[in-house]
Amino acid sequence: MHPAFQAILTIIIGVGGCVGYFYFSNQFLDKVVFPPKGVHAGRNITRANMIRPWLFLFPALTALGLYLAYPVFETLRLSLSERVPGGGSQFVGLANYEQMFSESKFWEAMRNNLLWLIVVPALSTVFGLIAAQLSDRVRWGNIAKSLIFMPMAISFVGAAVIFKLVYDTRPVDQDQIGVLNALYLFFGGNQPVTWLTQVPWNSFLLMIVLVWIQTGFAMVILSAALRGIPEETIEAAIVDGANPFQVFFKIKVPQIMSTIVVVWTTITIVVLKVFDIVFAMTNGQWETQVLANYMYDKLFRASDWGVGSASAMIIMLLVSPILVWNVYNARKEMQ
Amino acid sequence: MSGIAGTKSSLTWAVHLSLVAMVLLWLFPTVGLFVSSFRTTDQISTGGWWKAMSSSEQSTTLRTSSPETQIGKDGVFLIEGNLFDEGSEAEISVWGTSSRSIDDYKAGDTAELKNGATITVAANGDYIMQSTETLTGKRGQRVFVTALTPPEFTLDNYKNVLFDENNREGMAKAFFNTLTVTIPATIIPILVAAFAAYALAWMDFPGRALLIAAVVGLLVVPLQLALIPLLKLHNEIGIGKGYLGAWLAHTGFGLPLAIYLLRNYMVGLPRDIIENAKVDGATDFQIFIKIILPLSFPALASFAIFQFLWTWNDLLVALVFLIDSSGETTVMTKQIVELLGTRGGNWEILATSAFVSIAVPLVVFFAMQKYLVRGLLAGSVK
Amino acid sequence: MTNLKLTDVAKTYSGNIDVLNNINLDIKTGELIVFVGPSGCGKSTLLRMIAGLETISDGEFTIDGERMNEMPPAQRGIAMVFQSYALYPHMTVRDNMSFALKLAKKTPEEIDTAITKVANTLQLTEYLDRLPKALSGGQRQRVAIGRSIVRDPKVYLFDEPLSNLDAALRVATRIEIAQLKESMPESTMVYVTHDQVEAMTLASRIVVLANKGIAQVGTPLELYETPENEFVAQFIGSPAMNLLPGKIVETGETTQVSLTHGAGVIASAVPTAADLKGANVNVGIRPEDLLPTTGENFAFESKIEISEALGEVTQVYFKRQSPDSAPVIAKLLGIHRNVRNTSMRMSAEADKVHLFADGQSLHYR
Repeated sequence: MHPAFQAILTIIIGVGGCVGYFYFSNQFLDKVVFPPKGVHAGRNITRANMIRPWLFLFPALTALGLYLAYPVFETLRLSLSERVPGGGSQFVGLANYEQMFSESKFWEAMRNNLLWLIVVPALSTVFGLIAAQLSDRVRWGNIAKSLIFMPMAISFVGAAVIFKLVYDTRPVDQDQIGVLNALYLFFGGNQPVTWLTQVPWNSFLLMIVLVWIQTGFAMVILSAALRGIPEETIEAAIVDGANPFQVFFKIKVPQIMSTIVVVWTTITIVVLKVFDIVFAMTNGQWETQVLANYMYDKLFRASDWGVGSASAMIIMLLVSPILVWNVYNARKEMQ
Repeated sequence: MSGIAGTKSSLTWAVHLSLVAMVLLWLFPTVGLFVSSFRTTDQISTGGWWKAMSSSEQSTTLRTSSPETQIGKDGVFLIEGNLFDEGSEAEISVWGTSSRSIDDYKAGDTAELKNGATITVAANGDYIMQSTETLTGKRGQRVFVTALTPPEFTLDNYKNVLFDENNREGMAKAFFNTLTVTIPATIIPILVAAFAAYALAWMDFPGRALLIAAVVGLLVVPLQLALIPLLKLHNEIGIGKGYLGAWLAHTGFGLPLAIYLLRNYMVGLPRDIIENAKVDGATDFQIFIKIILPLSFPALASFAIFQFLWTWNDLLVALVFLIDSSGETTVMTKQIVELLGTRGGNWEILATSAFVSIAVPLVVFFAMQKYLVRGLLAGSVK
Repeated sequence: MTNLKLTDVAKTYSGNIDVLNNINLDIKTGELIVFVGPSGCGKSTLLRMIAGLETISDGEFTIDGERMNEMPPAQRGIAMVFQSYALYPHMTVRDNMSFALKLAKKTPEEIDTAITKVANTLQLTEYLDRLPKALSGGQRQRVAIGRSIVRDPKVYLFDEPLSNLDAALRVATRIEIAQLKESMPESTMVYVTHDQVEAMTLASRIVVLANKGIAQVGTPLELYETPENEFVAQFIGSPAMNLLPGKIVETGETTQVSLTHGAGVIASAVPTAADLKGANVNVGIRPEDLLPTTGENFAFESKIEISEALGEVTQVYFKRQSPDSAPVIAKLLGIHRNVRNTSMRMSAEADKVHLFADGQSLHYR
């Protein structure tokens, strides 16, 4: 059927189903299973209230379990097995990993990811902090923040197109339409350069796209953090004789350090997942490959589920320290 | 700190200028794309988009009207007219009648043609071709002009990309497909998550802390991990690739963030109101529908915008769960990736298509920025 | 030797919202001047203008004759103790106190000596390596004060430093500040508070701010004994001075007034000129000065509605004369039982009877 109809039907079924499920299950629990009357009224109510949270949680837990928890284990299993022609799979131990570790493209991806992990969160956080501080004291600060934040609304693919235009190369006898080449020639370059093929600059040029997007995110959060600093500590520092730079580095930044860490780690997670930008701009060629793209390549071009899953597990591994840190902090907060 | 005594105005200026520089730096890539989408292929190839606002010098070949339009007057045969199209404001600097010497004459000069006729071309393109004999030939005389053309913009690219039904690379279909994927994928998670968030926020039961920690953990899990197993699962239970698969996937992937945001917000709701309602005899379900949901509107709106932007801009989930080889189902992000490959040099199409795909998120962004910011801040500022 | 001088100082915010006007003040070396007034009267703003944290819109501010209007705070030779202490939360007590000295590029030895000395004076030695969050409110307050002392400034500024402390701690810290001032007779201190008890106990002189300007400047007892206007009269002293409507009957070295709710005439030690005969005045008598009398001439007679037995005094509230007037209050020494609903005649000694016309005290005419 026409997809639009399908969509509307899904919405109706989804919403109606949800509400219906919650309503009827609660009714069932309260009226039929544990009715609040008779001899055991009190005990029934208590029992109903003990079960009720699980009713509320059931759909979410099912979805989460199926779509996020189960895949972790299944991917692990797939990474340890090989598809057999004719269907099914057989356990092959670490063979997939061995194969993966022997591919130079894999190590190229790891090196690049490491580079991305160092450069992008650092630059985004620093630029975000600068933008937050600059726009804080200025009357048109909100407009400035809007404009710097705007790239976050753009898809990675859209950003890829935008920057492909910036990096565009035309033959030397034609006018350059890419800003980078135009500037390069203006400042004395001889010939336009095909930037995206230049190793190692191309990886950095790709990173700039992500920095462009994530700076707005860092800025918004750090701006709120800066606003939360008690004004009097800043005034005390001024009275103590600190100039604006000293106030910033010695008084403001230390007080928002925990937020800076949160921003840094969140951007780190985004970096590990980055796929669209590399996929759209270079597809991993000219030594720009990253793990997420490598994985996609293995899965859907080479149809190698074994190695693909192994690379997915590597991504998971890289992300786990942050996962552990976040969970640890969440539990600490709840104590 | 504007009120502090002794603040140097040079510092204030430095701040303003740095901020302006930063904003311009962040803005110019998008502006480049936007401007390019309004230019024709020719204009794009004659220079960077930053030159689009000023007149550019172009050399073109134009033709006078054919001799059929000649008029006879006092023994002289004339062809009159203007070389340019209606409404053009180009200004000729030099021109010629032969392709080997296109700058023989200046504007206003008169040239002698091989057949004895003369032609005068004015700066604005007006010409008079005169001869004492009848002018022959089927086509008009070729004139090679170098003219300063003022900036021109066109909506043709947009018409082409959006409305041309014959355009297989058009965005109209992809636009509706993207919409079809996005809307259910935004609405369904909200409801499922709201119930779960309420349970985690206001109900007391063993294992609650553990579940909350689990949600926080799942926030970090990269969705790359889930692609293969879920694709396998979808194939096995018969959904295969399609909208349903995409909706379910987006719902599953969006739930941790939804539950996290909503729970954080609900925990901050005043306890008194809820306890008051309980004392008044309301069931948990009623409290949820009548009190919690309406009060949680800001958080719901925040998540809705997040999820909307995320699903609209998504590529990976669409590639894996939605798009099959038939080409019937496609989303705008995929279309653009295709265009980058096949029409990588045709910036007028690429720019326009890209802009069509980012237009809706930009509108949503500017309209609902407040909620987006609030959603980001939830739980991020310690 | 530090004199501060404010001449015609005013503060206006953008949009022509003026907060302070016509501030003229001469603060001498070694004074502990207290700015006091109701909330919103601009006392904190005035302090911040002295500190340099707010710009001075009009007028001139000098320290030792040198113009300070455009001088940044750090170069004015001042140190400030904030209401919320404003300790740097990420630094230890030692680092908090040495921050300014490090900025001034003092040697580590100099810094160490200064800190050790101040820590001893304020009994902070054992807390030097703690973070502010590990300290109690009172300890944090002492660190804030210590941070100021370490800089050896010309002027100390205190912005409601005791407001965040509980009552008992407030009294103890108040005494500590008084003792601190005693030990630094050459230092000039400017102190802001809304609590008139703090003002009365700490100040060498008090500046009462009201209605965007200065209501009166004087020593605590000057303000108590000879308030210049009704506002100061009722601001200083608790419960506030009673203002009773009356009329001048006889003028001269002593004035005879008849009160609307009294009988006959009572004497006031305020000398008045002949042109004031018959003038309507407000007669001000403090609750502690109202004494029961049996004579024919008295200031006030009414029924006691409420009696509060505090042990050392009994505060009695008389029935209001009209619905929107404040009840007349009297403080009777000692314990008075069963005075509710009894009628009492009150009067006062002549030198305790103040006269106000149009809000201004006739004592200063």
